[in-house]
Amino acid sequence: MNVIAVLGRTGLDLLASLGRASQFLGATLVATVAGLMPGGGRFSVGLGLLVRQLYVVGVLSLAIIVVSGLFIGMVLGLQGYTILSDYGSESAIGQMISLTLLRELGPVVTALLFAGRAGSALTAEIGLMKATEQLSSMEMMGVDPLRRVIAPRLWAGFFSMPLLALIFSVVGIWGGMLVSVEWLGVFEGSFWGNMQSSVEFGSDVMNGVIKSIVFGLVCTWIAVYQGYDCVPTSAGISSATTKTVVYASLAVLGLDFILTAVMFGDF
Amino acid sequence: MTDSIHIALQDVIFSRSGRRILDGISLEIPRGGVTAIMGPSGTGKTTLLKLIGGQLRPEQGRILVDGQNVPELRKKDLYRMRQRMGMLFQSGALFTDLSVFENVAFPLRVHTALPEDMIRDVVLMKLEAVGLRGASQLMPAELSGGMTRRVALARSIALDPELIMYDEPFAGQDPIAMGVVVKLIRDLNSSMGLTSVLVSHDVPESLSICHFACIVADGKVIGQGTPEELRNHSSERVQQFLTGQPDGPVPFHDPARDAAEELGLTAEDSR
Amino acid sequence: MGQRTTEVTVGLFMLAGFAALVFLALQVSGLSAAQSGPTYTLYANFNDAGSLAPRAKVSMAGVTIGRVRDVALDTKTFQARVAVEIDQTVDNIPADSAAVIRTSGLLGEQYIDISVGGDTESLKPGDTFYSTQSAMNLERLISNFATGK
Repeated sequence: MNVIAVLGRTGLDLLASLGRASQFLGATLVATVAGLMPGGGRFSVGLGLLVRQLYVVGVLSLAIIVVSGLFIGMVLGLQGYTILSDYGSESAIGQMISLTLLRELGPVVTALLFAGRAGSALTAEIGLMKATEQLSSMEMMGVDPLRRVIAPRLWAGFFSMPLLALIFSVVGIWGGMLVSVEWLGVFEGSFWGNMQSSVEFGSDVMNGVIKSIVFGLVCTWIAVYQGYDCVPTSAGISSATTKTVVYASLAVLGLDFILTAVMFGDF
Repeated sequence: MTDSIHIALQDVIFSRSGRRILDGISLEIPRGGVTAIMGPSGTGKTTLLKLIGGQLRPEQGRILVDGQNVPELRKKDLYRMRQRMGMLFQSGALFTDLSVFENVAFPLRVHTALPEDMIRDVVLMKLEAVGLRGASQLMPAELSGGMTRRVALARSIALDPELIMYDEPFAGQDPIAMGVVVKLIRDLNSSMGLTSVLVSHDVPESLSICHFACIVADGKVIGQGTPEELRNHSSERVQQFLTGQPDGPVPFHDPARDAAEELGLTAEDSR
Repeated sequence: MGQRTTEVTVGLFMLAGFAALVFLALQVSGLSAAQSGPTYTLYANFNDAGSLAPRAKVSMAGVTIGRVRDVALDTKTFQARVAVEIDQTVDNIPADSAAVIRTSGLLGEQYIDISVGGDTESLKPGDTFYSTQSAMNLERLISNFATGK
């Protein structure tokens, strides 16, 4: 009896927080639209805020993305070579590396790293702004924090993620080439040739981009919502930060399965 | 007439997580004076300010500011109304990523289209008024608690509001900083002619500057009037709060089970 | 960090992202302007199209000159009718050329190879290949070999 009650309450709580988060996303989108309307404030100011957040969210995540991309590409090169050379088809390694990166690892690993690096920072920043009454004082000054604080961060995540994922894939392919062509001696022509004949721009590259756009929106949404909704104490902020990383990672992996099924599944 | 009354609360009820914090409170705040709202901690004084600013919605009752009912205002009108209000938060709530100058300039940049040199003049004037013009290039992290509050005050008067609300302006200040804040509140009130609402539990400081005071406890107003009237108030609870007696109508002990029973001193034989 | 520096770095970041997209488009997926150029359609009937799929390449002497657009069953002849799109620049395929389904490598994907004939006439848009050679069926080949035929 007790277990059922707890389960029910947890379920209702989850549902309620999903509802609140959706309301929050809607309000932020409305605030963005209102800000873009004539009379919604100067465009240059909004652009300045967005650029600042693109720097914080995107540019500062670049280092971890490039380094991880390089290593993952190199590992793919090593593993792929070992497996494929058993069948004497190591010339297909370019195809294997590029398809793995473009379809899956690029968008997914970028999103996971993004949730850990930028998402947690966003949550902590907004949570601290809430705890120190900065959001409240902004409201009392007649400035909508959704428009001023939340919207630029949400859009920065939305724009940064696909760019980061593309850079991740390119660096990964380069790392894979480094290992397989330069060190293991796969013929460079067949590396690129096999890759080009099997990779489709529309279905592979663009589907990866679509995935990372979805992940970008979801990760940043979770991050800013957790910050905005947190209990304004130090314990509240730390649990919100943890929740951001956990929820964002789970959401990315779950959505990845759904998106993959829709995009590449044959049904 | 509504003109002499700036803010009126009528039968306001507000609860948070099942606990009733304001229980049908009614209050009138006159225009152009300093009104102190005093009461023990946790009686919803800050909640009261947030209700006036429209950050919280009451369950029942009307909150009239300049004759407009705040809970019914649309978002746009609410934000317009807030431009004529200033609020000084307990922590100061300065934006930590902006310098002192930019903090004070923030409301001006958002709400006005003033040219940069005008903004600079206004900001320096406001900082001069709180005696911190020399600190304009510092970051909030480099300020002391008292200075933070003064900068926040300069920011909240940047748009020349008609109403300014102070949330615990004296809490956690050293005597000198407290004296400075008392002087600033009085000076701002007389020089700018604005309505000041002061929420505090520091009795002597509040009574020394206010024109009108009311004491809130248990979600109700238990006494109000000029400082003189309050000092001679007949209610025992008002006197207990003003003089700070540990025991009285508000008991020292929180309601609890009998101490002997809870400590397990009643032996088995009582059963 | 000044506002200017931030703007420049963000600009570089955007540029790097789009450069990555262009790299993936051109170098990795081999998307080039020639392939999106004008094409014309030819048909070929096969007894067995194997696992030939739309977008498989069509090559001549090892050079890709087009792609398979559609594989459908002709309900009159019960043959696979394959529509291929050939680059407009290759408009002089001899009329007696044959379309052969081949496999790239032992287990690779199937594609159509056009073995060039000697006719002076050339195929026009909408024409059908006169002779075709169906997909090599590895299973059948092995079973033929095993039974000694």
